[in-house]
Amino acid sequence: MSTVLYIPGDSAALALGADEVAHALKVEALARKLDLTIIRNGSRGLFWLEPMLEVVTPAGRIAYGPVTPGDVPGLLADNFLHGDKNHPLYLGKPEEIPYLKNQERLTFARCGIIDPTDIEDYIAHDGYRGLKNATGMQGADIVDAVTESGLRGRGGASFPTGIKWKTVLGCESDQKYIVCNADEGDSGTFADRMIMEGDPFLLVDGMTIAGLAVGATKGFIYIRSEYPDAYRLMEQAIVSANRKGYLGPNVMGSGKAFDLELRLGAGAYICGEETSLLESLEGKRGMVRAKPPLPAIKGLFGKPTVINNVLSFVAVPTILDKGAAFYKDFGLGRSRGTMPLQLAGNIRHGGLVEKAFGITLRQVIEEFGGGTASGKPLRAVQVGGPLGAYFPDALLDTPLDYEAMAAAKGMLGHGGIVVFDDSVDLSLQARFAMEFCAIESCGKCTPCRIGSTRGVEVIDRIRNDENRQKNIELLADLCDTMLDGSLCALGGLTPFPVQSAIRHFPEDFNRPSAAKRAAAE
Amino acid sequence: MSGLAAANSPARSWDNDAALSIVQEKKSLDGALMPILHALNDKFGYVDASVVPVIAEELNLSRAEVHGVLTFYHDFRKEPAGRHVIKICRAEACQSMAGRDLEEHVKRHLRIGMGETTPDKHFTVEAVYCLGLCACSPAMSIDGKLHGRVTPQRFDALMAEKRS
Repeated sequence: MSTVLYIPGDSAALALGADEVAHALKVEALARKLDLTIIRNGSRGLFWLEPMLEVVTPAGRIAYGPVTPGDVPGLLADNFLHGDKNHPLYLGKPEEIPYLKNQERLTFARCGIIDPTDIEDYIAHDGYRGLKNATGMQGADIVDAVTESGLRGRGGASFPTGIKWKTVLGCESDQKYIVCNADEGDSGTFADRMIMEGDPFLLVDGMTIAGLAVGATKGFIYIRSEYPDAYRLMEQAIVSANRKGYLGPNVMGSGKAFDLELRLGAGAYICGEETSLLESLEGKRGMVRAKPPLPAIKGLFGKPTVINNVLSFVAVPTILDKGAAFYKDFGLGRSRGTMPLQLAGNIRHGGLVEKAFGITLRQVIEEFGGGTASGKPLRAVQVGGPLGAYFPDALLDTPLDYEAMAAAKGMLGHGGIVVFDDSVDLSLQARFAMEFCAIESCGKCTPCRIGSTRGVEVIDRIRNDENRQKNIELLADLCDTMLDGSLCALGGLTPFPVQSAIRHFPEDFNRPSAAKRAAAE
Repeated sequence: MSGLAAANSPARSWDNDAALSIVQEKKSLDGALMPILHALNDKFGYVDASVVPVIAEELNLSRAEVHGVLTFYHDFRKEPAGRHVIKICRAEACQSMAGRDLEEHVKRHLRIGMGETTPDKHFTVEAVYCLGLCACSPAMSIDGKLHGRVTPQRFDALMAEKRS
């Protein structure tokens, strides 16, 4: 009988050599005349253990990792195919690894478990139950369930999803659209990528529910070009879903139509901003639109459009399957449900941590992350991508919910957490924030287009100790202008990392200039 | 699969007829300009300026509009890249793991700056802002293949493979 092995095809696992491990296994199996079936799953999100190989045994799946191609002959020589406990790479049952066991995986329940190319595997793991329920409901009732669940936009802006959907539902139009923002450009984030590579049918499921809810018959997924594997897997998923009647003219026999099309970004960070993304989908430069009109009323091609992040859409099937109350029971205050957090940067145990809102930054970094990768003391943590604030150790007890993060003058954003050790120079990080804004600005509004370039120059003067005090004041003024005067979040939030760096790490802006340091030596 | 091989496929010489047939094949898509530019970039390794009036004519746009889109997006090349394309992540998660040092090492190793191609046209080095590999930083891609936790030594070894 064939032994079934899982080796992730997730991009991060590939970057750590998963394909080479799979290849070595095939070669060795042939040489030893072993009958192996290799399935390329998504990642469970424990990246320090990738490539993590799982073998199906009578006692369940047993994991080994991190596996290198050189480990393969040894593994096959040992009793590995029967779940050998004595092998140094033995990890036991993956779901018993504390990192996974201590999570509350609703959205990522299937990621890393199923075969992402097999729609039957998705269905066998409770897939399409949400859509099934939705086909028997009125659009307004679906929208009410989403509203009642308390789901807020997971892309960063945290706008209540149900309210957005209700606006689109209430619009009269011959054509409405569902658009998925899969332009996950924030450094430190990879949850969209993981779910598209590990559980692509979940996104198809969630977007189809949105289509039924608001009466839209067409959807687009805008995927960044940096994610070719996600694109390929989503493409396969859409083909399978069409073939099986989960997409197309008659979704699950409901008589309602919904079609999905994939589009590729072209390396512009700004296209993660929703109006810029819509422009790009229309075949234009990714220039931000002034709001109003809201995309919900005048969106893609001028039609009412639901535009949500991947993580918002993929939360919806759970809500429709298990009920709004079930989802709402997770979390606290006005942040309900779970948040897939992404632990990244200088961290020992980087990966995906899905938890109910309310866990603190320190708990995630210490209990899950295990401290810095370098072993040096932690100095700063950037939460929420390149537009998120840098937090010092003193603020690590901030709970990860939308309001608490805002109160600490930061934002949760898309849930990326990037850890820095004590080698970081926050004046350089502040400079990079401005530099990045200058590179990626769409150029439509002045504070962002010009302010970012001036910001780099002012920070350079501060670093060079030229009129330092005056330039620090000038920088504060520039930040205020960008905050208040920018058209969208790129220019409007770039001051967050800059101001937080100055506020929490003033010493980094007060060092002798490079020239003075050189002279002193 | 439009656009995905763009950075990796070796440049083929530009062919006006083939370009026109790509434009005509895709022009009926909603918002066709991006898929068209991706397909051209994919096929030839770059988008030749001579195609701008052709696209404008077919899509009933002005040349300025087409030029504007072509030049707005980082992915669309104006000229062919080197035989091997190295994309280094410059974003924060990679910075936290000595990504800046790696970037300097790469530039020193190849004796070129970001966005440049070696005189022998073997290597092009470009910045990328996040490959989604932030839990295994620093990251880069070489000819589309992803690499995580790259040290200068590892990079040298990868380059030796490409040269051999």
